[in-house]
Amino acid sequence: MRGRVNTALVTGGALVGLVVLAALVSFVWTPHDPTYVDAANKLREPGGGHLLGADKFGRDTLSQLMVGARTTLYVGVVAVGIAALLGTPLGVLAGMTPRGWQAELVMRVNDLVFAFPALLLAVMLGAVYGAGTLTAMIAIGVATVPAFARVARAATMQVMVTDYILAARAAGRRRTAIAVRHVLPNIGSVLIVQASVSFAIAILAEAALSFLGFGTRPPTPSWGRMLQESQELLFSTPRLALWPGLAIALAVLGFNLLGDGLRDHLDPKLRRVRAEG
Amino acid sequence: MILYLLKRLAVLLASTAVAGAVVFAFMAVLPGDPAEIALGVNATPEAVARLRAEFGTDRPPVVQFLDWFGGLLQGDFGTSYVTSSPVGEQIGDRLGVTAVLVAGGMLIALLVAVPVGTFAAVHHRDPLGAAISAASQVGLAVPAFLAGILLVFVFAVRAQALPSGGYVPLAEDPAGWLRGLLLPWLSLGLVQAAVLTRYVRSAVLDVMREDYLRTARAKGRGRMGALWRHGLRNAAVPVVTVLGLQLATLLVGAVVVERVFVIPGLGDLLLNGVAGRDLLLVQGVVMVLVVAVLLINFVVDVCYAALDPRLRGTR
Repeated sequence: MRGRVNTALVTGGALVGLVVLAALVSFVWTPHDPTYVDAANKLREPGGGHLLGADKFGRDTLSQLMVGARTTLYVGVVAVGIAALLGTPLGVLAGMTPRGWQAELVMRVNDLVFAFPALLLAVMLGAVYGAGTLTAMIAIGVATVPAFARVARAATMQVMVTDYILAARAAGRRRTAIAVRHVLPNIGSVLIVQASVSFAIAILAEAALSFLGFGTRPPTPSWGRMLQESQELLFSTPRLALWPGLAIALAVLGFNLLGDGLRDHLDPKLRRVRAEG
Repeated sequence: MILYLLKRLAVLLASTAVAGAVVFAFMAVLPGDPAEIALGVNATPEAVARLRAEFGTDRPPVVQFLDWFGGLLQGDFGTSYVTSSPVGEQIGDRLGVTAVLVAGGMLIALLVAVPVGTFAAVHHRDPLGAAISAASQVGLAVPAFLAGILLVFVFAVRAQALPSGGYVPLAEDPAGWLRGLLLPWLSLGLVQAAVLTRYVRSAVLDVMREDYLRTARAKGRGRMGALWRHGLRNAAVPVVTVLGLQLATLLVGAVVVERVFVIPGLGDLLLNGVAGRDLLLVQGVVMVLVVAVLLINFVVDVCYAALDPRLRGTR
């Protein structure tokens, strides 16, 4: 296996790196002010200072894409953070007490949350508190908790039957100590993979929500809303849909590939199975 | 098995009740009194109180919840405070449209994924098999509404062969109905096909390593013949499970796709309800979608247990 390049990891890493770079650069520089409405540049064709053209309000497409990358990453990081912070401890708890009432409770609550997709949660939150970036992030995060809890539970159950856990228990270590010192470090790689895959799903959810008007509010640029605004102009100016669409697809592809690549990289056993398949 | 079924059924009912409580609690904290909103700013306190009594919103929240949830169990979703029309009727009208949308999407996903996934598994060492895997990876990255916009661009803007949106009832014009639904079906179906292809591929790959397939080939069946007679049926078990879980994703995807193609389904109704602050309507649609997901999970679990007895004890 040594010497063979992990294509998925490299491609995924490059795509994710591109999105991150665009977002970071947008903090210090964008070609134009992404929210500046400029009637003179309405639907301007690409070129002449506007590399990718401008939309129906004369706003620069490239600048909007760059700040949109920031929005996407921001929502993804917070949503996946919520899911990991809530889901991991619940999953570890359920995995350490597989026959206890805690595990039963965690899994039942999990099933229930699973029945509320991010979109429904976001619409409900939006109806009550007014839709925005915050409601979208919370909705996507809460909806992703079951995925983390399940993965953490399954990985914990595998770790719990190992000899070093038995040794730690025999040495009289307390359960929280075992969880923090022995279980968490050993399920870390699985959780990192899950985070990458969840990030891809979060990007899709955020795009769908801003497309429906339940995500980031105008004028803050977001890829989903750029797509929604471009739809009515699809007959005259299709490139307005092209760029945000491409950005969403490449970002999701990047995080999915990164997840696959990390899985192969971090788990040699899986790598062998995959090489055979 | 019967004991498992009963246990699972009890969990389903309990989950539905808790989900109902969650949805109700969510909507109950919504700012604004429906009676005050309905009567406007110039209403007298007496009129508001009278309307409140008529709506039943002057009762304690727990009583209101039990009344609403009890009604749900009998198929009564209540009467909208905003439009004064029965919520259940509106949902019933739209449910059929969304169901047709989801079913068509699922059918397309199956029709594409089963042959393509099987082909990719059989040819997993060829460049073509690898190309299919790569293509499905790309398909995973395209949300259904983006696929919809792309399809509109190709088939409505460029080829001008199909409408870019709108819905014609089947009874009015069957051909128009079909033409209007074709692109929405494809948007949902092709994206799901990308996910499903990967599962079909890996399930068929697993089966191909099985001894019984080697036996069948040793007995003189060709590769495809052995796979057809013995392989696909076994590969179907994990695929059916994924199919069930995907139905839930499709349902949510349909909400967004309905917006792209201006189709009057449940998603459209939900978003209109939010925009019009129609509390009972939003509650009702959310409940229908949530119960649909719970039901799908229930059926998947039961099917799984029926197919694999080992799973009955573990959950």
